[in-house]
Order: sequence, then C-alpha cells, then structure tokens
Amino acid sequence: MTILRVRGLIKRYGAVEVLHGIDLDVERGERIAILGASGSGKSTLLRCLNFMEMPSAGEVVLDGEVVGRRERDLIAVRQRVGMVFQQFNLFPHMTALGNVMEGLVTVRRQNKAEAQARAAKELARVGLADKAQTYPAHLSGGQKQRVAIARALAMDPELLLFDEPTSALDPELVGEVLNVIRSLADEGRTMLLVTHELGFAYHVATRVIFLADGLVHEQGTPDEVLKNPRKERTRAFLASHRQFSF
Amino acid sequence: MRWDFASVLANSDALLVGLVGTLRLFAICLVLGLGLGLVVGLGRYARSRWFYLPATAFVEFFRNTPVLVQILWFYFALPILVPFEISPLAAASLGISLNSAAFSAEIFRGGIQSIERGQWDAARALGMRWGQAMRRIILPQAIKRMLPALTNRAIEIFKMSTLGSAVAYVELLQQGKLIASLNFNPIEAYTTVAVIFFVLLWPLLQFTYWMERRLKRDE
Ligand SMILES: Nc1ncnc2c1ncn2[C@@H]1O[C@H](COP(=O)(O)OP(=O)(O)O)[C@@H](O)[C@H]1O
Ligand SMILES: [Mg+2]
Repeated sequence: MTILRVRGLIKRYGAVEVLHGIDLDVERGERIAILGASGSGKSTLLRCLNFMEMPSAGEVVLDGEVVGRRERDLIAVRQRVGMVFQQFNLFPHMTALGNVMEGLVTVRRQNKAEAQARAAKELARVGLADKAQTYPAHLSGGQKQRVAIARALAMDPELLLFDEPTSALDPELVGEVLNVIRSLADEGRTMLLVTHELGFAYHVATRVIFLADGLVHEQGTPDEVLKNPRKERTRAFLASHRQFSF
Repeated sequence: MRWDFASVLANSDALLVGLVGTLRLFAICLVLGLGLGLVVGLGRYARSRWFYLPATAFVEFFRNTPVLVQILWFYFALPILVPFEISPLAAASLGISLNSAAFSAEIFRGGIQSIERGQWDAARALGMRWGQAMRRIILPQAIKRMLPALTNRAIEIFKMSTLGSAVAYVELLQQGKLIASLNFNPIEAYTTVAVIFFVLLWPLLQFTYWMERRLKRDE
C-alpha cells in the first residue's frame, strides 16, 4: 500500500532550482536510504515532504489524499510525518520528558498525565527512562538525538524522516542512535533516511536512492545501488565515501 | 548653610502619596509598554508588510520624538481634537507607554531573531501553528535572553515617570516640588527625591548585572 506518492516535485529558491522534478513512491513499511553529495538537495527533499518548505510545483499525496496548501492541511500532514534533524533541535528550556510531551500537550491537546505516561514510554523505548528529568544541556549528543527520536515517535507518525541523524555526533556515539533507528526498522516503520552511513543503509534500508543535482539519479535495492551501481556518478560517490573504510 | 531635612520629614506623608503615584504610573506603563512592545516587536519581525510597515512606522516615530513632548501633546492638544477629557495620569501613561513600546519592540524583535531556526523547525515539525511555536518554544527562550535588557527598560520607565510632573500628575517629583515651594527647602526636598529613586532602582540594576552574568555562564 502506497503511503506517500510524490510527482514532479520542484523546489526553487528565487531563481535557483534545487529540485528538478522528483517522483517517488513510498510503500508502507519501506525504509528508504537517501544518499547524495552535500548540496544535492537531500534536506530540501525531506523538508518538502512535510511542507517545512513549500514545494514550488508538483504533487505530494499522503495516504491517497493530495496535500493542499492551506495552513490547516500542512499542520495535519506534519502531525502524521515525524522528522528528526541533524542538529537534534531539542527545546533547551524543557526536560527530556518535557520535550517528548510537548507535541502531545500543545498540538494533540492531551492532558498532562496522559502525555506524561506516553512520553515516559517513548523515552524508555530509546533507553533513556532515567534521563526523563534531565535538560538537554546535560545530555550527550547521542542521548539528545534519542530524545529527539522519542519526541517524533510520541506523535505516532505514519512516516519518519531522518535528516543525517548521526552526522553531528562524535563517532563513538553514532552506534547508540543507529541501534534505535534499527529497532524502529525492525518494528516495520516506514522511514526515509538521509545518511552517509553506507553500511547501515546497506543492512537496514529496503531501497536506496542516490540523489544528484536535484534529481533521482539512481535507485534500487541496497545490493543494486551500493554493490553494483550502474551509473558512473553513483560509483564515484560511493568510492569517495568508502575510501577510508575497510 | 544648615541642612534642614526635618522639614522634608514632616511632609513624609506627601512623599508617600507621591511614591504611590509613581508606582501606579510605573505599573501601568510597564504592562502597557512591554505588552504593546511585544505586539509591535512581533510586527517588526513579521515578513508580511501589512504588519511590518505599520510596526516600523510606529517604532521610528516614537523613538524619534521626546516623551515630554508626547505627554504635553496628549494633555493639551488631544482634548481639543477629541471630545473627552484626558487626565494627567492618562497623558503621562500614554506618552511613557508608547515610547517604551517603541524601544522594547526592538528588544523583543532582537530576542526573537536570536533564537536558532532549528527551534522553529522542531516546533513546526511537531505540527505547531505559528502562535503555538511562538508561545511555547520561541518566546520562553527569547525572554530569558532579553531579561537584562527588559529590566533596563523597566528602570528607564521608572525614571521617566517623573515626566508626569509636567502635567501636575502627583508622583514623587511633583510632591518634591510642592514641598520645596512650601518650605523653601529645594536642596533637601530634591535631594530626598533623588535618594528615594536611587534606593529603589539600585537593587534593580544589580539584579540585571546578576542576570547578565548568569546568562553568560549558561551559554
Ligand atoms: N533556504 C534556502 N535558500 C536558498 N538556497 C537554499 C536554501 N536551502 C537550501 N538551499 C540550496 O539548495 C541546495 C540543496 O541544499 P540541501 O537540500 O540542504 O542539500 P543537502 O541536504 O543534500 O546537502 C544547496 O545548493 C543549497 O545552497
Ligand atoms: Mg542536508
């Protein structure tokens, strides 16, 4: 079943066109890794999917419904599509628990006790039950990102967007975040994941998309794209990202 | 010469009345000035020119006209144009509040602008509307950063309250003037008024220093 269908998605900033017409279908339960050089439009694509950026042209269909352009529609979409950022973007004036509760209380209008119980459950899921009362300033990068994931999960998203969730982390903290994402994959959640962790993409993704210059340059199974890329640019990109791993 | 503070002390009830008047004017102008300042500051922050242009005109106008002129204008000129009386309190409140709104608007705008874009992203990604994000995420962080500047504004408002005496509003300076003219003791009367202001405001200023140090430590 198709949960997300994107047709002819174009994004321009002024005169500069960043996405030149992206077509994409996401089936429920799919895990799509998005690769691409810096500046190729990966973040812009993700941000257009939950309308943090307004597409300049094209169509986004969520669960069979074309997403309109009224504020009300956009807000409804954002509640159904969770997003996790490279820089975590936790709310520094709230505890870990407060961060996870915030969407439930302010957006979903749940009562405090209910939201608190749910938030505690999500924190436990990412292994941070003991950090509920801790402020972000006192958390490690890996813990911050796990709180951010719990914050997204609390809203019961049908689709999760990860924008380089481990790129801002010290190498020794990458593993704990990837483990959480992998556990979400094991639950069968639908996700789009921008990452430079090729090994992780290979093992966890059901499909890999290589983005170049604002277009889907190549896509296929992890084996097809990561092991036997057909296009020269994909090969060059993979080579440059692999040169230090062995 | 001989200092004669006894003649001032004998009028301490008049000074007390003045102090109450000062505090009342201060409270009104603090709430109106900062409240309107927040609204105008949001207008200055807005992308839409329907909000931006009027807010900017307001700020420019009231930052570039003296408060005393405004108070006198509201007291003497406005009643000629409109069919109702303007009390000294109303004239002083209007003049000081509008001026404070113009200055604090720039504090609010700067504070809101200083919050990282990622905070907006995270709030909107959860499905918050603009107002929800502003109220729950942006303003609480911005106000913490703005607190020293806003407290400075409050100190300015407190001092500006003396301008009320220009329209004979009963506050500390007005009462000092009265005592000086009745007892022929301007040195003692005005010195006392100055000391009262100092005693009230000095702790407030120390508080802003303390907040500034704490903010630096937190960031
Ligand atoms: N708000 C913006 N205004 C103008 N240009 C932008 C903006 N956001 C991104 N871009 C441009 O769009 C291109 C793609 O950016 P981005 O999607 O962030 O790439 P990636 O995430 O793949 O590194 C870049 O050239 C970038 O400079
Ligand atoms: Mg990016």
